[in-house]
Amino acid sequence: MEVKYQKTKGLTDKKLSYCPGCTHGIVHKLVGETLEELGMIGDAIGVASVGCSVFSYEFFNCDMQQAPHGRACAEATGIKRVRPDNIVFTYQGDGDLASIGIAETIHAANRGENITVIFINNAIYGMTGGQMAPTTLIGQRTTTSQDGRNQVLTGSPIKISEIFSQIDGVAYLERVSVTNPKQLIKAKKAIKKAFTYQKEKRGFTLIEVLSTCPVNWGMTPVDALKWVESNMVPVFPLGVFKDAGEKNV
Amino acid sequence: MAKVLMKGNEAIAVAALKGGVDAFFGYPITPQNEIPEYLSKHLLAAGKVFVQAESEVAAINMVYGAAGAGARVMTSSSSPGIALKQEGISYIAGAELPCVIVSVMRGGPGLGGIQPSQADYYQATRGGGNGDYQLIVYAPETIQETIDIMKESFDIADYYRNPVLVLVDGLIGQMMETVDFEKPVKKRFIPAKDYATTGTANHPGRNIVNSLFLDPVELEQHNLQLQKKYQQIKNNETKYEMINMENPEYVIVAYGTMSRICRSAIESLKEEGIEVGMIRPISLWPYPKAAFNEIPSGVKGILCAEMSMGQMLDDVMISDKGRHEIGFYGRVGGMVPEPEEIVDAIKNFKDKVVK
Ligand SMILES: Cc1ncc(C[n+]2csc(CCOP(=O)(O)OP(=O)(O)O)c2C)c(N)n1
Ligand code: SF4
Repeated sequence: MEVKYQKTKGLTDKKLSYCPGCTHGIVHKLVGETLEELGMIGDAIGVASVGCSVFSYEFFNCDMQQAPHGRACAEATGIKRVRPDNIVFTYQGDGDLASIGIAETIHAANRGENITVIFINNAIYGMTGGQMAPTTLIGQRTTTSQDGRNQVLTGSPIKISEIFSQIDGVAYLERVSVTNPKQLIKAKKAIKKAFTYQKEKRGFTLIEVLSTCPVNWGMTPVDALKWVESNMVPVFPLGVFKDAGEKNV
Repeated sequence: MAKVLMKGNEAIAVAALKGGVDAFFGYPITPQNEIPEYLSKHLLAAGKVFVQAESEVAAINMVYGAAGAGARVMTSSSSPGIALKQEGISYIAGAELPCVIVSVMRGGPGLGGIQPSQADYYQATRGGGNGDYQLIVYAPETIQETIDIMKESFDIADYYRNPVLVLVDGLIGQMMETVDFEKPVKKRFIPAKDYATTGTANHPGRNIVNSLFLDPVELEQHNLQLQKKYQQIKNNETKYEMINMENPEYVIVAYGTMSRICRSAIESLKEEGIEVGMIRPISLWPYPKAAFNEIPSGVKGILCAEMSMGQMLDDVMISDKGRHEIGFYGRVGGMVPEPEEIVDAIKNFKDKVVK
């Protein structure tokens, strides 16, 4: 019998720990496939962050380090500087990257660290039970913004891709979503491009993925996908924010 | 290299190079800036790694990453900066990675001052990071001793897969002495770094650097394993010096800059016919508790002298087990005592006794 579909070798056989319908799993698959298709599994060193994806060190089928909350880009810097020929990536949530770890992330980008950051923007703190994140939408209810996020008291959703597009050290920056097959193909292409740029030693690459947290949003997985399209995309528009261009060979 | 005259901080940097450091990550802070300044030039020139991080928090996590990837790596800082590193230090100890951390103490608390101090004894030996972890802490008293300890520290860190903290104060960092970088240090067998994340193409299986154990049974086992290692370190790496301990009337306990001052005080007291001995802890963790068993009978009291309000004093009391009256003399805030102050403290020991 012909094998039509196989799980990517970029992921281990360990059962994913994500809630049913959570798009963390889909993004894992895209990253795993990318590592496999680009022949990078053996050279890759991933950095797991603190959040629902903390156990990603058990899922990505490569060497992994687990970072303190927010420090993934600093840890990745340390790894990449002493192993410049390895492929180094981080996988971080929005609390991790955009709140507690924004300094580490911005400075890694500004140094042009040759690493790839997979940034999961689900507009909430998943792991700790649905508190407000810096990416939470105005009016969005969370366990620490129970009447909806109040702009006067808590500011506005932070736009990482827009901010990082201003940084010289960034070689590739795209915001994608994984809400339908078309977006999935785009997301995969973006992730592949980021890792390819890293291999070509072109600088910092970041892919922001609009992701779902059906459990803490209090929605079915399908409604959560619709909510990304109807509520998140207008605030976080999809697209390429920076591309240093194809390499002149 | 023959003997050379060199400033303490610069000597630390040179000793790190001699110790085979591959990478330095740090953030500027007085009074240790000569260390990163020297290394920025010489590490990069040697094709090695130097990064001025955006903060001490970032620096220690760069150390974590690089150590996990198998490099010989160090950072240096001073009191408020070491405070910021505590989270990362706990992770590094938890993940059992080697690194060398240099702490050049200044006065505190808070922003404190920039003059020499020993007020970070607790910070070094008790730590501010979470969990049951230990750093191996050495507190040299001369620049030569600092060099020897620096060179050895990289091996000790690798051997035990544990951070080593070299604790000096701003005085040792800033003063100049004649030193010899070629003085041989103890050779250790360093096991291969088969834990390092170098990519699965380079080793069998997957390597994972981690300090997370959600299963309480596993986490307890991990802690018991760490304790076993700490016991081994206690057995093998405790360092101290006994000075003038033949027939003393009093015994001083002091380390680092303070022990230098006490040496002079002991000489003056000898001229006056008062014999005073000294226990000089070189390792602050593990603390040389056994040295206190060697105190001869007839000693009237122990004076703990520190440039702090009495932090090592806890360990002196624990180690002496109530056998002697214990006195304390301390100066803080960057005030470095004169030997005469120690002489007076011994002469007026009764007033110094800790109640
Ligand atoms: C220093 C520190 N502060 C707080 C926490 C608790 N904590 C764990 S996960 C998390 C938020 C994670 O949210 P996010 O990064 O958005 O990832 P998600 O869980 O949504 O995937 C927090 C605050 C921690 N582990 N460490
Ligand atoms: S809590 Fe939310 S982000 Fe975390 S796994 Fe569940 S659905 Fe996904």
